[in-house]
Amino acid sequence: MPLDQSFVGRSYPPTAPYEVGREKIREFAEAVGDANPAYTDPEAAKALGHPDVIAPPTFVFAIAFRAAGKVIEDPQLGLDYSRVVHGDQKFAYSRPVRAGDRLSVTSTIESIRSMAGNDIMDVRGEIRDEAGGHVVTTIIKLVARAAEEG
Amino acid sequence: MVAKVAYDAVETGTELPAQSFPVTRETLVRYAGASGDFNPIHWNERFAREVGLPDVIAHGMFTMAEAIRVVTDWAGDPGAVVDYGVRFTKPVVVPDDGVGAVIEVSGKVAQKLDDEARTVRVDLTATSGGQKVLGMSRAVVRLA
Repeated sequence: MPLDQSFVGRSYPPTAPYEVGREKIREFAEAVGDANPAYTDPEAAKALGHPDVIAPPTFVFAIAFRAAGKVIEDPQLGLDYSRVVHGDQKFAYSRPVRAGDRLSVTSTIESIRSMAGNDIMDVRGEIRDEAGGHVVTTIIKLVARAAEEG
Repeated sequence: MVAKVAYDAVETGTELPAQSFPVTRETLVRYAGASGDFNPIHWNERFAREVGLPDVIAHGMFTMAEAIRVVTDWAGDPGAVVDYGVRFTKPVVVPDDGVGAVIEVSGKVAQKLDDEARTVRVDLTATSGGQKVLGMSRAVVRLA
């Protein structure tokens, strides 16, 4: 059964704030082997014009993906997550994520398409700080492969 | 935001310094912990084979994180990245052979977008074992 097109445009309530910590950013930067001092040294980040250490560009994915879980697990939508792969990923930044941010995500089903039995769904995450300022928009494209015959 | 590369100093076709990123099972375990993505296809060979994969594969988001380093190392300020997107075309297979895999990333300025905002589009190419692992891999960066 293809996914119901009427879910396109459906939004989910904003998530409780995720507080971005300096040490979590450091852990992530070390895990990807990136020694850029803007991720770990507040003075280096300030020299670049940032108020505190900033996070690597893809750091915020974990926050967006957790929020997208509300969509993925929506029983009314009925997505079979065991068949899902991550197709595309996009980020559009107003500013970098930084330590001290309290980020809230509003997830929206941007599109649903059916191609050769696969369901392709774009989930948009609008990520805002505590003051309501836009930080980054993420687009997670999920592809649910066609169920196997028989 | 203070990129160290001047907009006026680049043109369409300017190449960014290419980089190679080694990936071992240890790398994937560390990335799983840091990112919170504990899908067993990224650390459990038995599970990976059961779901039809040739072996354990790297997290797509790990590859995406490595590819943008070609841009952030070049620009100096990671905060200069305005836009970044990729398509996951092929998995990076990471065997448990003491060597692992290598992700090779190159990039070049594809287009100067906006003289006022000083933004350029960089197109990235990421391969592993001779196969393209990312498609449509593009970043928009604000230069000095």
